[in-house]
Amino acid sequence: MSERTAHPYIPNSAPGVKAEMLAEIGAGSIDELYADIPESLRFRGRMNLPGAIESESLLKRHVERILARNTSCEEATSFLGAGCYNHYVPALCDEINRRSEFLTAYAGEPYEDFGRFQALWEYESLMAELLDMDICNVPTYDGFQAACTSLRMAGRYTGRTRVLVAASISPDRLLAIRNYCQPVLRIESLVFDAKTGLMDLVDLEARLGADVAAVYFENPGYLGVLETQAQAIADLAHAHGALLVVGTDPNSLGVLAPPSHFGADIACGDIQTLGNHMNFGGGLGGFIASRDEEKLVMEYPSRLFGISTTEKPGERGFGDVAYDRTSFAHREKGREFVGTAAALHGITAAVYLSLMGPEGMKALGVHLLQKAQYLSRKLSAIEGVKAPGLDAPFYKEFVVDFNATGRTVAEINDALLEAGIFGGKDLSGEFPQLGQSALYCVTELVDQEEIDRFITTLAALLGGN
Amino acid sequence: MATKRPVKVRENFHQAKWDEELIFELHKPGERGIVVAPVEKGIAAEVGDGLSALPAHMVRRTPPALPEVGQMRVAKHFMRLSQETLGGDFNIDIGQGTCTMKYNPKINDVLAANPRMSRLHPLQDARTVQGALQVLHELDLTMREISGMDRFSFQPASGSAAILNMVSIIQAYHRDRGEAETRDEIITTIFSHPSDAAAAAVKGYKVVTLFQDEDGLPTVEDLKKVVGPRTAGLLITNPEDTGIFNPQIAEFVRIVHEAGGLCGYDQANVNGIMGITRAKDAGFDMCFFNLHKTFGTPHGCGGPAGGALGVTAALRDFLPVPLVACTDGRYSLDYDVPKSIGKTRAFYGTVQVALKAYAWTRALGADGLREVSEVAVLNNNYLLEKIRRIRGASAPYAKGRRRIEQVRYSWEQLYKDTGVTTEDIAYRMADYGMHLWSSHHPFIVPQPFTVEPTESYSKEELDEYIAVLARISEEAYTEPETVKTAPHRSVCHRVRPQDFDDPARWAITWRLYKRKHLG
Repeated sequence: MSERTAHPYIPNSAPGVKAEMLAEIGAGSIDELYADIPESLRFRGRMNLPGAIESESLLKRHVERILARNTSCEEATSFLGAGCYNHYVPALCDEINRRSEFLTAYAGEPYEDFGRFQALWEYESLMAELLDMDICNVPTYDGFQAACTSLRMAGRYTGRTRVLVAASISPDRLLAIRNYCQPVLRIESLVFDAKTGLMDLVDLEARLGADVAAVYFENPGYLGVLETQAQAIADLAHAHGALLVVGTDPNSLGVLAPPSHFGADIACGDIQTLGNHMNFGGGLGGFIASRDEEKLVMEYPSRLFGISTTEKPGERGFGDVAYDRTSFAHREKGREFVGTAAALHGITAAVYLSLMGPEGMKALGVHLLQKAQYLSRKLSAIEGVKAPGLDAPFYKEFVVDFNATGRTVAEINDALLEAGIFGGKDLSGEFPQLGQSALYCVTELVDQEEIDRFITTLAALLGGN
Repeated sequence: MATKRPVKVRENFHQAKWDEELIFELHKPGERGIVVAPVEKGIAAEVGDGLSALPAHMVRRTPPALPEVGQMRVAKHFMRLSQETLGGDFNIDIGQGTCTMKYNPKINDVLAANPRMSRLHPLQDARTVQGALQVLHELDLTMREISGMDRFSFQPASGSAAILNMVSIIQAYHRDRGEAETRDEIITTIFSHPSDAAAAAVKGYKVVTLFQDEDGLPTVEDLKKVVGPRTAGLLITNPEDTGIFNPQIAEFVRIVHEAGGLCGYDQANVNGIMGITRAKDAGFDMCFFNLHKTFGTPHGCGGPAGGALGVTAALRDFLPVPLVACTDGRYSLDYDVPKSIGKTRAFYGTVQVALKAYAWTRALGADGLREVSEVAVLNNNYLLEKIRRIRGASAPYAKGRRRIEQVRYSWEQLYKDTGVTTEDIAYRMADYGMHLWSSHHPFIVPQPFTVEPTESYSKEELDEYIAVLARISEEAYTEPETVKTAPHRSVCHRVRPQDFDDPARWAITWRLYKRKHLG
C-alpha cells in the first residue's frame, strides 16, 4: 500500500481522508477503534501472503497464466457428464447474467429489486411449465441439495422416517443425502438390476411399509437409463402412503415425460443444463417442484416468490409467499434453512427457457437422443466394447462396458487424453459390479466428426492391444 | 487539497419503470428465440429420429407450454427487468448490514468468464485442471493466514451451507467418540444468523439460544447455565450484527471445550478484523468466511456464492471430500479423508466464485486486506457518529464504545414520535435510489436497521447516505404521510400482501396466476 495514494478498492485510504474522518469522530488512531478486542486476541504479526498485485493488467496476466494450465472442453473433445454437462450456452444467457444490475443485487424489496422478483417468479413459472407442475422454488444450491430437501419435505409431510433410494443414483449424491438426513431420516438403498440399471421392484415392494416417507429415483438416471417402470414404482409407493420423489434433468423434458406424468409428488434436479456454464462444477443450481397443495407447499424451506397487486390499481407487485415457513422468519422453528444459493443461475435458466420455447426444447432433446444413439452404435461396433452397457433406453449418456477389451478404463482414458479426448467417467470405483465400465455423454457441442475421430482413435487403441 | 463537495441528495431520482409484461404475455405462436442445431445428416441416416428408440410411455405427449418469443424481445424483456433492479453497482448499498455489500471488481468477472474456467468439466483428468486446483490451493493458504486455521474446503456454496458443514462435523466428531447420542444440543446466540440455529435443527439438534445483556452481548454466566454434557457445540458470530466485539469470546470457547463441545465461528462479520484478530487466537475449532461478502464476489441476486470452511488440524479428517492437495507443485484431489462427513455439494463448490475471491485477495495482499478492515471500521464509526445524531435514531447497547464493521440502529424514538416505522423508511429510501434493511427476525432491537459501510465507499458517498437518512427523518416529523405511503419514485407502489399467505390466492407461478386470478 503506497503512502501517497489509495488502493482502487479503498477510496478512503486517500491521503488526509483517514485523518479527517478520525478527527470527526474524535479518535486518535485506527487502533483505538479496536479497543474492545483484548490484547490477548490481537494478531500482531503480519499475514504471510504473496505481495499485492495492485495493477489490474498485471493481475489479469497473473491469473490468466494460472488458467493457462487448464485445458477446457472448448479445446478438447469431451464425453464427460455424470451430473455436469457441456451444453451450448446461448449468448443472451451470458449477456443477462453479466448485467451488473442482476450480478450485484442481493436482498432488496420489490421497491429496489422489482426486476429480480419478476425474473425469479418467471423462472419458477417457466420451470413449472417444463415440469408440468404447479409450484417451483427459487433455486437452491444444486441437484444434491434439491434431492436432500425434497426427501426431508417428504419426511415432514408424511410424518414418517424411512426413505428408499435407488442404488443406481450417484454415490456422491447418496453421501450428501445420508449426511443431510442423518439422524432424522433413515436412508435405505434399493437394489437395481445390473443388466438394465432399472429398479428391482421385488426389493422395493419388500421394503415398503407404513414408515416409508418417500421413494426416490432419477429419470434419466445417473447411469443414463430411463426408468421405464416409473409408473409401477409410483403406484407401489402411493399404495403404501409414501411420496414419490423423482430427480430429473430438465433439459430432457422437451422429449421425455416429466416426472409428474408418471405420478411424482415432488420433482427435483439441477438447472445447470439450462444455459449455465459448467464452471468446474460450480455452475449448478437446484430446483424443487410439486403440486399446489397447502400442506406440501408449507414444507418448502426455500423462498417462493408470488405475484400480487399494489396500492395503485392495475400495477403488479411481487413478494414472498408463506414467509412464515422459513428460517428467516422463525430460525430453528422454520423449515430447514434458507439463504443465499443460486438465484442468478435461475434467472439464466429463465432466459434459456424463454429463448428455447417448446420447439427448442424438443429439438434439443431429439438432437441429444440421436447423437447418443449414434455414439452408442459406433462404440458397439468396436470389438470387445459393449454399448450401451446396460440394456435399457437412454437419453444423452449411457454406460460403456469395456470388460471384454482387457483394458481398464483408466488406461483407455489415459490414451484418449493423449489424443485430446476426455473419455467418459470411470465407473469402476463407484460401481464395482459393472467392472471396467465408463459413463459416456454427448451434447450438441460434440459433432459427428469428433465422434468419428474418437471412434477411430479408440478402435486403434484397443486393436493394438 | 480537494475542494469540499456539497453533499448530494438525489431529489430527482426515479427508478427505471418499464411496466413490462410477464414473459408469458409475450407469447406469439411460431416465434423463436434460438435455433438448436440439427444433427448431421450422417447421424440422422444412421439412427433415425431418435425418439423411436424410446418406449412410447416415456415420451412426452404434450409439449411444455413455454412461451414462444423472438430473440430481441426476450433480450429486451430481461434487459428491462435488469434495469428495474437496483444492484450494488448503482446504489450506495450499505443498508444491507451483515451482508458486506462491497465493490465487486469487474476484472474478476472477466477472469471467471475465461473458458479455461467456465468450460471446465469437474471430472476432467487432474492433469488438465492444474490451474483450477492451484487457485483453490492458494486460496486455502490465504484463508489459513487470515484465520489461523489449518485446512480449508470450498465445497460449501454459501454461508448457510458452511454452517451445515460445521454442524455435520460436530456431529461426526461426537459420533466418532461415541457421544453422538448424548450430546444433542447446540448453543448459539440470538444475534447470530438464523441459519446457525436452523442448520443445527436440520441435523436433529435441540437449539439453545443465548440472549444479549444490556451491552448487547451474550454473557459467560448465561453460557455456564446451559453448557454441559449434552453440549455438542457452539455456533457463534463475533462481532454479532450489532458490531460489538465480544471481548469474552475466548472464555466462551474455553467453557464449551471444557464441557467437551466443539466451537464453530460464523465469520460473516470478518470484514472489520482481517489481520487484526483470528479465529485461532480465540481457540475456535472451525470457522468460515463468505466469499460473496468479505472477498468481493458479487451476490448475484442471491447466489452463486461461496463459503470457505476452515478447520484445525485435529478436524481435518472430518472435512467433506475431496480436498485439494499439492505435492511438489502438482495438484490433485485428495479423497483420503477417513472420517469425512462425505459430500454436502456436488463436486468441489462454486469454483468460479473462489477464482474471483482469489483474484481479489491477490489484488490486496496482506497489507491491503488489513487496510480493508481498518477502513471498513473507520467508515462504520464515522457513520455511527453521524447517524446517532439524526433525530429519532439511536444505536442501542454499548454506549460510548466503538463498533467494528456494522451497527444495528433503531428508529424506536422516531416511531414513538411520528408513527413512522423502519419499514416505511426503508421504502422511502428507494425514492432516493437506496436500500435500507431492518434486521433478521425476531426483532430484538425495536424498529431496527442495520448499516455496514465496508471499505468500498468514499466519504462523500457515506455523507450522501447519511443526508438521505436525515432527510427522511425530517420528513417523518414534518410530513409523515409522505413516508408512510412511500415509495413514490420506485418501480411499483406498496405491494398488497393478501395474495401471499392465503393458499386460495397465492400464485407462485404463471399457471396458478391464470387459474386463481385471471379466471
